[in-house]
Amino acid sequence: MASTATLRKPASGFRISRKMLPYVLSLPALLVCIGILIPFITAVIYSFQRYRLSQPWARQFNWGENYLNFFTDPAFWNTLKVSLLYAGITVTLELLLGLGIALLLQRRSTVNNFISIMLLLPLMIAPALAALMWKLMTNPSFGILSYLASLIGLHDFRWASSPSTALLTVVLVDIWVYTPFIMILLLAGLRSLPTQPFEAAALDGVPRTFVFFRITLPMLTPYILTATLFRLLDSIQQFDIIYAMTQGGPGNTLTVFQVEAYLNFFQSTNVGRSAALMVILWAITYLLSNIFIKNWLRLRERARGEA
Amino acid sequence: METTSTLEKTLRLIALSLVVIFFMFPIFWIFLMSFQTNETILAIPPSVIFTPTLSNYAALITGKLTTAAGTLDIAFMRNLGNSIFLSVTSVALALVLGVPAAYAFARHKFKGSEDIAFTLLSFRFAPPLLVLLPLTQYFQWLGLSDTYFGLIWVYQLICLPLILWIVRGYFEDISADVEYAYRIAGHSWFATFRKIALPLAGPGIAAAGLLAFIFAWNNFVFALVLASADKQPVTVGALAFVTSSGIQYGQIASAIVLSVTPTLALALYAQRYLVEGLSLGAVKG
Repeated sequence: MASTATLRKPASGFRISRKMLPYVLSLPALLVCIGILIPFITAVIYSFQRYRLSQPWARQFNWGENYLNFFTDPAFWNTLKVSLLYAGITVTLELLLGLGIALLLQRRSTVNNFISIMLLLPLMIAPALAALMWKLMTNPSFGILSYLASLIGLHDFRWASSPSTALLTVVLVDIWVYTPFIMILLLAGLRSLPTQPFEAAALDGVPRTFVFFRITLPMLTPYILTATLFRLLDSIQQFDIIYAMTQGGPGNTLTVFQVEAYLNFFQSTNVGRSAALMVILWAITYLLSNIFIKNWLRLRERARGEA
Repeated sequence: METTSTLEKTLRLIALSLVVIFFMFPIFWIFLMSFQTNETILAIPPSVIFTPTLSNYAALITGKLTTAAGTLDIAFMRNLGNSIFLSVTSVALALVLGVPAAYAFARHKFKGSEDIAFTLLSFRFAPPLLVLLPLTQYFQWLGLSDTYFGLIWVYQLICLPLILWIVRGYFEDISADVEYAYRIAGHSWFATFRKIALPLAGPGIAAAGLLAFIFAWNNFVFALVLASADKQPVTVGALAFVTSSGIQYGQIASAIVLSVTPTLALALYAQRYLVEGLSLGAVKG
């Protein structure tokens, strides 16, 4: 690097010192960063305030009261439970399904490649619109899925509008949208694995279950980890699908973190509680994203190395 | 090498068929519905045999909906226009801001460079409502609440991390020696950037731009919270349809079809880069 400093002999009029150049280039992006950090800090401040839009005169710092109240607040525990349940169920099912489909499509062939491209389409549909599509399909009076449910004896199956099946319905939509994400990452991972271990195993007549659990799975682990954490980070903050489908209802069946914060802010105008909820969610995602970034960097290094 | 029995082949075929049906059926069904009138949609049992009609699309495109109760205005074309405008300008701005920054991060290890890059990456994973809710108030104070500008700025949260991290990877793939050679010949850094780095990273920049466009287009929550009625994109607009009276189911379906067609077309076009984009450059397709 030291030798490059002597090369500086600008031909054109641009005279920015070599040392300053990277800062100048990244400054605009940096400014946008700072613009976002300000509302972030504001949100943290709000979370320590008693602040209702309906009672602006009563606004004052109550320090940790919003957080302390959560301990005795059944609505908060419901939010935490539903969020974790939603994230847990969707990511587990999507991982199993995505891995299964990736294995089915592993061999490169025209048909397999075509199918893998087709399967990407749900992922490219806006989640809010995907929820709307499923809403049309589960409509009690004309929805095709309601009709199919009645064929197998489930008359008056109410999908997202019944508290007992609402979670199942939004999970189904989430699976429809996001399984392709895990599938495409794992498929890329599977296809990038070195072939020698598999050839050696085939030569030795090693059983295929053994190959899968002892060779494929361990070598695929970084991909599985990255895909899972990626999805977990998004799933715990799911808003679009749930809000578009049920707005958190019926009742408080699906008031996950972001939906609850949204409703708190715009319906009950309780800004303090809403901000405290978001700060807790942020803390959860921050921890997760630190683990994620470590894995992601390792995978990225590997991808760069192969390039 | 492997012994694939007919049983296994059949099972694979069945499994794959089920997968394809599950993932393709909703798209197929909504597509069919968009060519139907309420009468055929409400018919029991549902049938795929009907006389297709373009009336739903005609109503959306003209913005006039004739019902028994009179004519109704629907602003769907405006939503579509908003989506196009917001996505295109957001991506353009993100490219202008992000590509030079990506170049700086790829070529110069300067003080704080990794911190800035990771802060930008962390925006991708922070809960959007955390900043959106205070932003509603800032927007009112700053007079941004009824502007495209405010939305485009917030859309940088989606577009900028994507562009920065993908394009950075492409710049890192270019050998620095090529650039040094060009600079030794007496060219400025800017000429080097413009004549060497940009063209070589061109396909990657284009792919990142397309992906950023798809994500901007598909965004829902930013516009739901911040956009006034006449600035709403299709994601928010189509959802409002469900509750508005007089709208027919077929029209909702055709609104969905019109809203998803651009992203699906772009995704098919850019599918080679999707894996890399979706994993922010961590996995190569």
